[in-house]
Amino acid sequence: MEVKILGPGCPKCEQTEKVVKEAIQEAGIEAKVEKVKDAVDIASYGVFGTPAVVIDGEVKCVGKIPKKEDVLKWIQK
Amino acid sequence: MAEECCATGSGQNGVTMILSCSGGSNVGQLANQAAVELTQEGCGKMFCLAGIGGHLSGFVQSAKDVDRLVVLDGCEIGCSKAILDHLEIPMTTYLVLTEELGIEKNKDFNLKREEIEKVKEIAKKAGKMTRTESGATGSVCCA
Repeated sequence: MEVKILGPGCPKCEQTEKVVKEAIQEAGIEAKVEKVKDAVDIASYGVFGTPAVVIDGEVKCVGKIPKKEDVLKWIQK
Repeated sequence: MAEECCATGSGQNGVTMILSCSGGSNVGQLANQAAVELTQEGCGKMFCLAGIGGHLSGFVQSAKDVDRLVVLDGCEIGCSKAILDHLEIPMTTYLVLTEELGIEKNKDFNLKREEIEKVKEIAKKAGKMTRTESGATGSVCCA
């Protein structure tokens, strides 16, 4: 599974990464987590703002820190 | 940079997303031009209806997750609304220019300044949009 956290770097982005990593650990799933910080790369996902979470190429959350239970639903589908 | 990162989405710094039709008529282009100018004035941020219509996940999820969504359709055919309804994206404010302005739809692309200003005025009032201090001119996705 490939997970990307989009964001230039700020408390919200860092918290999003933390929540996502906690969910992955809790689910016991093997996943590669990458932080995308470059503005042009972020723009290529067509998101309105950041932070944003992308799982296997699909954008799941934009502009807010996701809840861990939501991340668990996304990765366990 | 931190401020821009946290400037969209939920919370007190939440930004209004503006979507408009850009149809081949006077009212379609009025909607589009009003959306452009509202963005330039910092009252919200115009986003990409075409991306949403194309079911591109970044655009669709952005519209679903935004705090406030103001949608402008030129006429009662309601193409913008149809796209959003199809994807079950809720709208905070929805305006149809032929109904709001009482103007007839035609193919005259020479837009009248007073009509653009009227659309903006109506949109600002209905969407409770005010100019932000930052006078935001674009979203991260347009960087």
